[in-house]
Amino acid sequence: MPFYVSPEQQMKDKADYARKGIARGRSVVVLQYDDGILFVADNPSRALHKISEIYDRIAFAAVGKYNEFENLRLGGVRYADINGYQYDRRDVTARGLANVYAQSLGTIFTETNKPYEVELVVAEVGESAETDQIYRLTFDGSVADEHGYVAMGGQAEAVAQALKDRYREGMTLTEALRAAVASLEAQDSDRRLEAKSLEVAVLDRNREHRLFKALAKRRVEELLGEPSSEDSSEPAEPSGPSKPSGS
Amino acid sequence: MASHDSHTGRLPGLFGSPDTSSFTEFLGAYSPELLPGRRTPPAAPVGDEIPHGTTIVAVTFSGGVVMAGDRRATAGNVIAQRDIEKVFRADEFSAVAVAGTAGLGVEMVRLFQVELEHYEKREGRTLSVEGKANRLATMVRQNLPMAMQGLAVVPLFAGYDEERDGGRIFSYDPAGGRYEERDFHSIGSGSVFARGALKKLFRADASAEDAAVMCVQALYDAADDDSATGGPDLTRRIFPVVASVTSDGYRRLGEDEVGAIARAVVDARYDSPGGPTAPLR
Repeated sequence: MPFYVSPEQQMKDKADYARKGIARGRSVVVLQYDDGILFVADNPSRALHKISEIYDRIAFAAVGKYNEFENLRLGGVRYADINGYQYDRRDVTARGLANVYAQSLGTIFTETNKPYEVELVVAEVGESAETDQIYRLTFDGSVADEHGYVAMGGQAEAVAQALKDRYREGMTLTEALRAAVASLEAQDSDRRLEAKSLEVAVLDRNREHRLFKALAKRRVEELLGEPSSEDSSEPAEPSGPSKPSGS
Repeated sequence: MASHDSHTGRLPGLFGSPDTSSFTEFLGAYSPELLPGRRTPPAAPVGDEIPHGTTIVAVTFSGGVVMAGDRRATAGNVIAQRDIEKVFRADEFSAVAVAGTAGLGVEMVRLFQVELEHYEKREGRTLSVEGKANRLATMVRQNLPMAMQGLAVVPLFAGYDEERDGGRIFSYDPAGGRYEERDFHSIGSGSVFARGALKKLFRADASAEDAAVMCVQALYDAADDDSATGGPDLTRRIFPVVASVTSDGYRRLGEDEVGAIARAVVDARYDSPGGPTAPLR
């Protein structure tokens, strides 16, 4: 039997629902450092990624429901590749992609019963820190243009507060990663994060062609100053596409 | 971007449908007129007024493969372009080059590059060397109606195979036949002469540098006997494009490196116009 629910109440219920879903997961942080943009996720899975490459200078990070943000990621790769193919590689921008995501998320939020329980960052690394772009998108399609750092998912507020205390402009990769990990540990009072439970990637403006690079576990250990786990049977390099030159 | 499907609450149009990781297939559904294979070929064979690219060579060495192409495009008896580039990075661990109709060839390469990268980003893994070679074969086959009207494109594909720690070379025919080549191969109008040279120059224990020299020597011999192949242009500093693919990835040799090789090859030809001689027995 249908009964009347005011639009305000409807939207509020949906927003509460989405917020709850997002807060249930673990956090992801995105922050600028001297050579680009660093992405760190509290994510022990080696198969299901929260951080990925979209295009030459653009990357994507997400929290929330995997199937929902994965759907957005796949669509984003298509959007980027088709535009780069039709026009030119430099015509693919994070701003354009953020707009497409905002439209999608907004439509889903208002027109379907179940909103997406996701929060995204779309970031584009520029020639210098001033031209870096970080867009944060929430479940209802709002877009915020961020500077410096972003924390989302899980206990996002605690992480953001911890990051605020540690973040400063022009940090090196090592400093930025340590700040990010320490901030992610603020999710719980007894949280201790090691390289194997982290997913780390950079958009490094000093790389060539495709600037996105996922950092291997060994490299993360090195940067965190952890003793390298020699007995680990896992391969140090993921059999990823781009073998590293440098970072 | 059209947002004809926005009521379903997905990314506009086909962007949200998860069915394929092939960029070509997606392009065919999204914008079919952009797919080379969907075009109507010209009713009558076109003459030779459309630029053609010419000779490509590839040589394997222990740990990788080197590919090189001359810089000439011809339209009939006219040199259409003297600094065209026909050797490209396909992805991090492979190279592709084209001979035949330049415009269609370059388009095929662009589509192939996006195809590989698109698959890699969506699936989180790269295609196998054979997978890449097969994908290219499909693209060549789709161009068959054009080839029948004189607009053939024939690529050469070379990739680094991690399992074998070595380079592999694949050649194609206009019908999309795919053939793996041993040691070395050449395509294009000067390929007969280039292959003759490579046959005498090839050695299995060559270094990457040696393989690059072999390629430049072979291209010199091709240019020597084929008018559509350009030799090293010392006055304008236009040298062949030479690229290597190893476990470190794709690397195009710098102008200085290729320039030095080309000058050495040309200098040596003053004494011996036919190039290095092979032992008789």
